[in-house]
Amino acid sequence: MDTQPIIVSASPHVHSDRTSKRIMYDVLFALVPAFLVSLYVFGISAFIVTAVAIVSCLVFEYVIQKYLLKTNITIGDGSALITGILLAFNLPSNLPIWMVIVGSLAAIGIAKLSFGGLGYNIFNPALVGRVFLLISFPVQMTLWPTAIENNTSFVDAITGATSLGAIKEGLMAGETMTEIGTRIPSTMNMLFGFTGGSLGEISGLALLLGGIYLLARKVITWHIPITVLVTMGIMTGIFWVIDPEQYANPMIHILSGGAILGAFYMATDLVTSPMTKKGMVIFAIGIGVITVVIRLFGAYPEGISFAILIMNAFVPLIDKYFKPRRFGTKIKAKILQ
Amino acid sequence: MLKTFLKGGVHPPENKLTSSKPIKRMSVPKVVYVPISQHIGIPAEIVVNIKDKVEIGQVIAKSGGFVSSNIHSPVCGTVTKLDKIVDTKGYKKQCIVIRTDPKNASNFEEPTLTLKKNFDLSSDEILNKINDSGIVGLGGATFPSHVKLSIKEGVAIDHLIVNGVECEPFLTADHRLMLEKAEEIIVGIKILMSALHVDKAIIGIENNKRDAIEVLKELARNETGIKVASLEVKYPQGSEKQLIQALLNREVPKNGLPLDVGVIVHNVGTIFAIYQAIQHNIPLTERVVTVTGKNLKNASNYWVKIGTPIKDLVNEVGGLPEGTRKIVNGGPMMGQAIKNLDVPVTKGTSGILVIPEGEASRGEVKNCIRCSDCVTVCPMGLEPHLLMNLSEKGLYDRANDEDILTCIECGSCSYVCPSNRPLLDYIRFGKSIVKQLNTV
Repeated sequence: MDTQPIIVSASPHVHSDRTSKRIMYDVLFALVPAFLVSLYVFGISAFIVTAVAIVSCLVFEYVIQKYLLKTNITIGDGSALITGILLAFNLPSNLPIWMVIVGSLAAIGIAKLSFGGLGYNIFNPALVGRVFLLISFPVQMTLWPTAIENNTSFVDAITGATSLGAIKEGLMAGETMTEIGTRIPSTMNMLFGFTGGSLGEISGLALLLGGIYLLARKVITWHIPITVLVTMGIMTGIFWVIDPEQYANPMIHILSGGAILGAFYMATDLVTSPMTKKGMVIFAIGIGVITVVIRLFGAYPEGISFAILIMNAFVPLIDKYFKPRRFGTKIKAKILQ
Repeated sequence: MLKTFLKGGVHPPENKLTSSKPIKRMSVPKVVYVPISQHIGIPAEIVVNIKDKVEIGQVIAKSGGFVSSNIHSPVCGTVTKLDKIVDTKGYKKQCIVIRTDPKNASNFEEPTLTLKKNFDLSSDEILNKINDSGIVGLGGATFPSHVKLSIKEGVAIDHLIVNGVECEPFLTADHRLMLEKAEEIIVGIKILMSALHVDKAIIGIENNKRDAIEVLKELARNETGIKVASLEVKYPQGSEKQLIQALLNREVPKNGLPLDVGVIVHNVGTIFAIYQAIQHNIPLTERVVTVTGKNLKNASNYWVKIGTPIKDLVNEVGGLPEGTRKIVNGGPMMGQAIKNLDVPVTKGTSGILVIPEGEASRGEVKNCIRCSDCVTVCPMGLEPHLLMNLSEKGLYDRANDEDILTCIECGSCSYVCPSNRPLLDYIRFGKSIVKQLNTV
């Protein structure tokens, strides 16, 4: 026998080839189509905001871990990278650079590392970053560059409201949906991404493409994204049927305001979503309902970021009460006992 | 759609390298080390002394109680020592050491037995014979077979399930046995059916063993009440509870036994041993062992005498290949890694797996990212991540409440964890403590 020692460890002695890193890079790959659309629609500014968000997330993670926490550096695991991209996807492409950096600090420093790092955070870091910015800088966070016309400049973009913002404003001013409908992009334009909005949320089609990839790679399951969208569709549908002049139709709600981005990429964040399929469905219904309530009756035109963060807080409770059914606890089995 | 169990399960690479290798006879070992505790339950009591001459099949240790089993000499020779040697789990266990008599021809002749189909024994006679022959569950659990077959008055049984699933990667011992001893297995099933007074038997085989399924189906066609079911390939289908669910869609109650749903399960290896004992009066002194590994030149299946040191098996296939880092007694999912090659083959040894550098060590343990894969794959509906945390923090009462004791230790959770967390290690540890606390 050669000199290397024989290893003795407990079973199992094989391991699947699925690693945390692979999961992270699958998510990255899934975000590519949406990023390409936003590059086309918003031009160089989309690239700048994304790059700044990624770099600042990585730098903050490194600096905080090395000098403040003095723990292992984990920037190589891909999670800070994804936080950066998802944060950028949730920001207007013309946001001042320093605000992007502040958002990154909130995401990595407050939402992730102060809770104990990867796996321990209760709230989705990218959404904490976004909501932190939305509350701190409401004006800049709700000025969106309009699509296509200005994809070469960064600062002097013409800005306008998002579809949902326009609807909300119009309804507040007493207009009907038919009147507002002339000012907002068509459903087709929303699907392909020719609409105002946050950097990564605009193209429903590109996001769905990546979402299907994630489903195929089994990084996510259908439970959260489909349930969120179906809940939103049903709820907005009921209101729309009751009064189509006062409520936007379900297609508009699903295709705008980051609903698809939220449902497929933010709500499905492994760390901050429930562990069981039953729990995931409950969690997703909660997100759908809260989103619609905020959109229809709240002050903000969009609402999915808040909805996800609120439901994130319920995850420990959901995990506690919605457990997988233990083998051997069928009612029939109980009688036999 | 092929049948399978309903929840969880994983698909590790099958690596059935030896599935086309006929079972060869291992050369007779010079010395055998026969442990007196090769089964679950009370160890057998030694009934031989040093320097005694023993014959093949002679009882050398007598069953120590009801849940115990006789041990027979696998060779003809002289008892040289009653010694303690390290077993596969790393504990020192009592052994009977027998030096094989190289002049005695019976050690070397191959048993050429003709198929004997007819039997005329009552249930009790069959049970006693099985008890005397030292037969235990050969699928790995090594539970004494006569205990499993002794059914209390009033318990109704309608199915005998024959476990030919062999869901562990690499292992092909049961597969080869089913191919080569199909007729004997069918007779064995009929013996058990008559002993148990059941008229239905199902042989469950995973669909990666098409040839065995065909052979047994052909034979079962002429028998009444015996069916062969092909199953989807999914680990851990060979687990009793999962197999019953796959075949009959019955769920064994929590903390219950297959008997609670009218079923009794036996491994094909056990069935063959029962055939040998009833029809040819041969007690359990040898079994089929798969000796395998990606770098082994002559990986194959062998008839091995109980008590043969694993060293001898490894030498038989040409020695340990360069760069071997792990030797596993059993399959890669549930087998035990061993350090000492003097460990003997026991009744429960279904394979020896040699793992090379690069596949032998575990990956770096990272934070749990709550991906919920462990929950998804757990066939028992448990939450491995939670059980690990509770065990790690010493919250054993809560671990008990979360049904830690129902874990079947299949290892699917550890197999699938993308952060390489030692889930099953902590669950095993927690289980052992909870068991201790529950008995206090």
